Amino acid sequence: MFEKPVLIREDGLRHDGRRPDELRPIKMEVGVLYNADGSAYVEYGGTKVLAAVYGPREVHPRHLALPDRALIRCRYHMAPFSTSDRKSPAPSRREIELSKVIREALESLVFTDLYPRTTIDVFIEVLQADGGTRTAGLTAASLALADAGVPMRDLVAGVAVGKVGGVLVLDIDEVEDEFGEADMPIGYAASIDEIVLLQLNGVLTREEFIEGIRLAKKGAETIYKMMKETLHRKYLKVLEEV
Amino acid sequence: MSITPTKQPVIPRIKKETIRKLLRRGERIDGRRFEEYRPIKAYINVVPKAEGSALVRLGNTIVMTGVKLEVGTPFPDRPGEGVLQVNAEFVPLASPTFEPGPPDEFAIEAARVVDRCLREPKAVKLDELVIIPGKKVWLVFNDIYLLDHDGNIIDAGMMSSMLALNNARIPSIVSIEGDNIVIDKKVKEKPLGINVNVVAVTIGLIDEYILVDPTLEEELVLDSKITIGIDENNRVVGIQKTGMRGIKPSTLENIVDIALKKGVELHRVLGEVLNNPQQYSKTLAEIMK
Repeated sequence: MFEKPVLIREDGLRHDGRRPDELRPIKMEVGVLYNADGSAYVEYGGTKVLAAVYGPREVHPRHLALPDRALIRCRYHMAPFSTSDRKSPAPSRREIELSKVIREALESLVFTDLYPRTTIDVFIEVLQADGGTRTAGLTAASLALADAGVPMRDLVAGVAVGKVGGVLVLDIDEVEDEFGEADMPIGYAASIDEIVLLQLNGVLTREEFIEGIRLAKKGAETIYKMMKETLHRKYLKVLEEV
Repeated sequence: MSITPTKQPVIPRIKKETIRKLLRRGERIDGRRFEEYRPIKAYINVVPKAEGSALVRLGNTIVMTGVKLEVGTPFPDRPGEGVLQVNAEFVPLASPTFEPGPPDEFAIEAARVVDRCLREPKAVKLDELVIIPGKKVWLVFNDIYLLDHDGNIIDAGMMSSMLALNNARIPSIVSIEGDNIVIDKKVKEKPLGINVNVVAVTIGLIDEYILVDPTLEEELVLDSKITIGIDENNRVVGIQKTGMRGIKPSTLENIVDIALKKGVELHRVLGEVLNNPQQYSKTLAEIMK
């Protein structure tokens, strides 16, 4: 058992030197996989995630297909080597729950009724976990769907707000998640101003919750801008080549 | 893998339209106000063989929870604490759409939401459950059993879990020889320690309307749902948004305020049962009558 680290230092900065409202260094790239119809790689600090989209494509087994819309199938999965102790590759209860909330977040954005009798498959692999894997995964999934050319109402940016050492902080990492008081992951579609994913694991007062939402929105807006830039970067280049 | 649900219960389209139409007139299909819970009936000690048990009726929804205690090993990173495990079973007798098999994503989600709402505010005194530090502790199994599904499983599951945990008694330890612990489940000693009680309030969102405690029929027309765990000190101890539509951030303040208000009401129901255990200890035969 490790000693609880100092989460908020005397100078008001966090254990890794960030301000409370500061994101970790974020990197993103689209179209990174050869086989997938759309793909994305996203890094939030030490958290590294890949997402791939296949589809819209035929559903197997056939009887699962819906006559009036596309299915969305989503798998959030952590690589066995992504954590400090090896994680069994079999899906855990946590992964099953997160696959569900990420799928539901994507359902609210994808125009599924444009592709009846098909499936849109979204696969998220966490390659290294350092806190905020579901939110990085959601961001990556959204980019991969855009890269696949799937029509959507908006992109979604994921980010978690936490409470550590009594302070609300943006984009918590693994240490802050483990030793902090609360973790509130959020998926925010900035252009249509909708929250499509919202969970809270921890204890907050009413005021802290409302302030947390405000902070998360701010962080998500920054990430959202980066997502657009990432897509522009690739597709403007493609456009120039044509 | 999580898949868009394809086996939802079917209700006539005209009923869906009626539900929407009524909302515009400020009414709900079962005559309730938007912020009104269905009648709640709660009983404890319904399965005496379990260390703790409870049954909650929320309108037509029936959820039972049984708490079992076993001796086991603690988690290596928590040598000074017992173990709490929450599980939920949506058994096929509860709904025509449920099938036998291991818990699906809905059951797992429900169990994990209840688990979080208990774990985060440290509702159960896990530090009192150590027998031999680092080696032997009590394992607390909280099994939520859905018997009849008419919507809002989580609120009913949370309440029955809280009651069952309060109702639970720790079996007596007959002897400890080395790591060998002999217990006698027939002799129940002190109650399971509870730090704080928690309730869950589920709110349904459809267009601009906010509905407390949606029924199954209502759930089928909702845009999304949000479940908020609230402890007796009026703190928010867990949140889960479900459903396939987004929500406007500006409505969240209102939603939390409604949840806090309804939380007080549910805590009053909980308190009434816990303060009058004799009156609310009923046999299943009496409850099913």
